[in-house]
Amino acid sequence: MPPEYEVVIGLETHVELLTESKIFCSCPNRFGEAPNTNVCPVCLGLPGSLPVFNKNALELALRAALALNCTISSYSKFDRKNYFYPDLPKAYQISQYDKPLARDGYLDLVKDGRLVRTVRIERLHLEEDAGKLLHSSEEARSYVDYNRCGVPLVEIVTAPDLRSPEEAHLFLELLRKVLLYTGVSDCKMEEGSLRCDANISLRLAGSDTLGRKVEIKNMNSFKAVQRGLEYEVNRQEEILKAGGQVAMETRRWNEERGITVEMRGKEEEHDYRYFPEPDLPPIVLNEDFIGEIRSKLPELPVQRCFRLIEEYGLSPYQAEIITSSKNLADYFEETLEHYPQPQKVTNWLIGDVLGLLNSMGKEINQVTFTPVHLSGLLKLLDTGTLSGRLAKEVLEESFLTGKHPEEVVQEKGLAQISDEQKLLPVIDDVLKENSNAVSDYARGNKKTIGFLVGQVMQRTRGQANPQLVTELLKKQLDRVEYG
Amino acid sequence: MELYEMTAYEAATALQKKEVTSLDLTESVLKRISEVEDIIKGFITVFDNEKVLLQAQNIDKLLAEGKEMSPLAGIPMALKDNMCTRGVPTTCASKILKEYRPPYDAHVAEKLQEAGTILVGKANMDEFAMGSSTENSSFYHTRNPWDISRVPGGSSGGSASLVAADEIFFSLGSDTGGSVRQPASLCGVVGLKPTYGLISRYGLIAFASSLDQIGPLTKDVRDCALVLDIIAGNDPRDSTSVPREKEKYAGYLGREVRGFKIGLPREYFEEGIEEPVRKVVMEAMAHCGQLGVEVEEVSMPNTLYALPCYYLVATAEASSNLARYDGIQYGFRAPEEDNLIALYRKTRNQGFGPEVKRRIMLGTYALSSGYYDAYYLKALKVRTLIRQDFERVFQDYDLIVTPTSPTTAFVRGEKINNPLTMYLSDIFTITANLAGVPAISIPCGLAGGLPVGLQVIGRPFDEGRMLQFCFTLEKLLGFKGLKPSIPAKGVLRDAS
Ligand SMILES: [Zn+2]
Repeated sequence: MPPEYEVVIGLETHVELLTESKIFCSCPNRFGEAPNTNVCPVCLGLPGSLPVFNKNALELALRAALALNCTISSYSKFDRKNYFYPDLPKAYQISQYDKPLARDGYLDLVKDGRLVRTVRIERLHLEEDAGKLLHSSEEARSYVDYNRCGVPLVEIVTAPDLRSPEEAHLFLELLRKVLLYTGVSDCKMEEGSLRCDANISLRLAGSDTLGRKVEIKNMNSFKAVQRGLEYEVNRQEEILKAGGQVAMETRRWNEERGITVEMRGKEEEHDYRYFPEPDLPPIVLNEDFIGEIRSKLPELPVQRCFRLIEEYGLSPYQAEIITSSKNLADYFEETLEHYPQPQKVTNWLIGDVLGLLNSMGKEINQVTFTPVHLSGLLKLLDTGTLSGRLAKEVLEESFLTGKHPEEVVQEKGLAQISDEQKLLPVIDDVLKENSNAVSDYARGNKKTIGFLVGQVMQRTRGQANPQLVTELLKKQLDRVEYG
Repeated sequence: MELYEMTAYEAATALQKKEVTSLDLTESVLKRISEVEDIIKGFITVFDNEKVLLQAQNIDKLLAEGKEMSPLAGIPMALKDNMCTRGVPTTCASKILKEYRPPYDAHVAEKLQEAGTILVGKANMDEFAMGSSTENSSFYHTRNPWDISRVPGGSSGGSASLVAADEIFFSLGSDTGGSVRQPASLCGVVGLKPTYGLISRYGLIAFASSLDQIGPLTKDVRDCALVLDIIAGNDPRDSTSVPREKEKYAGYLGREVRGFKIGLPREYFEEGIEEPVRKVVMEAMAHCGQLGVEVEEVSMPNTLYALPCYYLVATAEASSNLARYDGIQYGFRAPEEDNLIALYRKTRNQGFGPEVKRRIMLGTYALSSGYYDAYYLKALKVRTLIRQDFERVFQDYDLIVTPTSPTTAFVRGEKINNPLTMYLSDIFTITANLAGVPAISIPCGLAGGLPVGLQVIGRPFDEGRMLQFCFTLEKLLGFKGLKPSIPAKGVLRDAS
């Protein structure tokens, strides 16, 4: 029997914080500016410049740490990580080494309402981002864009607790959700505001010693993380099965080729010569301050998901979709305040509302269709003013214009016609013009009534109340039959 | 008497009385510079005279309009060339920054400009403030006005010699291990290293961040207080700048010193000190009796470890602070190189002088994995012990007095090839940097025709009382009024 291997993965994520300004200077923290326009002597590392710590970055980092159940250090400090690279203008990165801001947290991996695994967070620390190199192959030159220098980051390091590429993917999804909920980061992997490196090793199933680990870099999307790790699992498994040894090294994920490539071996690792940053005082925090940040944390996605299941009887599937963003979950619960029927609200939200949002490429908080609009629409359905079909039309109109559903109904005269006096003349006309269908019905082909209802609906541009039309048609036809 | 011979206070008083104008003072200084600068070589950059004079006229105009200005408005001065001045070369006396023009002003440059002082030029120094003789300048040596065959001390040798030679009324230097006080001592001027955190380091090109502090070099103690009044104070751009209420240091001058208790640490008078230096310092302290100041011997046993501790902490920080000079963004870049590592190597190899390289290597080594605990971490522990030595003595004594330097000015070339003997020149000054306490050097007499400095060390932020004591002592010492005589230009063609 061939040996079975267990996959062991730990992740190192870098998350850009959603602060107004950079971590050590007052330059705005913005993405996508023209190169080297968003800089100052401090973030350019010019001689004589000095860092000043942005307290807002501290607050966001603490929020992340608390949301990940970490223990906050009452005393932490900044250190210099020394290395030469053109995107690092001071030739050191201000980071935190032996006294990180927070330690020993965890994040529960929950899928379909079930706890898959608890992943330990080893540490969370603050640091500054570096710039970017832009390579021009035509000129055979490289350029440096320093705009990103000094953007505040937290580095979040997990224990080697993940057991498959899918789990790594799920962890990132959940981490992203937590950081979005807490307003810590916008977590856009494609813009680099969430970045992830992974350590991965294989060991014989049942063993509790760790195998030789490989670090994988440059996985720039959620999908890339999973693909890169899947590739690496196979690569390492093949080596081990052939009786070989996995080399301790850093490898780079190549998205186009779908493989990992060796970057540098263990012996080429930097000696970063960390030492305490003399230009910044240590970060000393008291319980009151930490408590204040804690009290401002919102309910976190996993807790909220479980509560929605419990409180409103949603299915795990529904609850996961509703809590996929804080805004959507807020929207859901606010709608319930006006219209306390969870299932109906859920169906409309998950179905039509999300469908419309997707087609528009927008988030729920970016449209003028508020919980008041949605609850209004549902009430119009309940009173029979709108048919299901009309309701969808009104929803679309309301979405586009921001008008209240009632207003749309009035303006467009879209209300359902449930007035017999209005419907009877139309029905008479239809019966006269479709004598064949009428005689078919009389001969016992009761199905033709569907065709006749359709004719009435067409003539009323869909506004006729279909149930009432069916009732009235039956009455008329029976009268023809027996009369 | 020439105007340039006056102290800054005398000049400012004459200016306020409208006996002279800032233009007169500036012209006088520029004339002096034209006479002796070829010999002294204290400047790296002297600004365009026309522009400097225009600045002086502008101040005269403002003063005539009755604008409220600082007591030193209109007084010409110089900055050490490691303080950033917008658009003006700021070189750190290094080839690697030879063409560098910062886009911003250092905090002290801003303060002095707001105060209406006239910046005449940038002073020579040891490259990146590393050295004790200004012989490590990449450009040229500065001479000691008292004996031009001798060094002015360092690293703020330019700043000190310019004041001693009356080329400027006052200057600023920076002091990491004695770089203001030791040249002040060797050139016979007053030099203060304030408490760490009293003066913003924003715009001071870092050597060793936890030790660097800017300080004035002046002709006497009163001038020192006046300059300190302008440059001291909290600056939110420097996180190590201490927020505290601004003091008026000039207000301490002339106050009674009776009852002060002074400790003379035994360790500063025993090893390595030249006997004539010791004698002059002790003679100066003999005046304390008549002032009602009590003097007692004390012991600071950890002084012994200060030098190795300093050379680990300072070089470790320097190795990191100087890593940014890599030829990428600004400064010198070695000729076109397509390999990144080669570009770094060549740029730094050609751009830095030997002493800077030596210290970068020392510091890199001290921080390397496997050595960190034995060197850097141990040095930090010793630093704590040295600080505790001071705290202990300051429980019983108001001030500590020591010689500033173990020797008077030495002959150029004498120590430059032996770094260890050169390092010993700072043996009495580095402790104040390690402990973060303020220390001042005032000239207290001559030994063999060369000035001797007396160092007064105080409690953190006790600059006021230090100045108070020095102001009183200065009057009794009789050094005041002594001036070096600088030979005429032609005499020394061969001595360059
Ligand atoms: Zn900036």
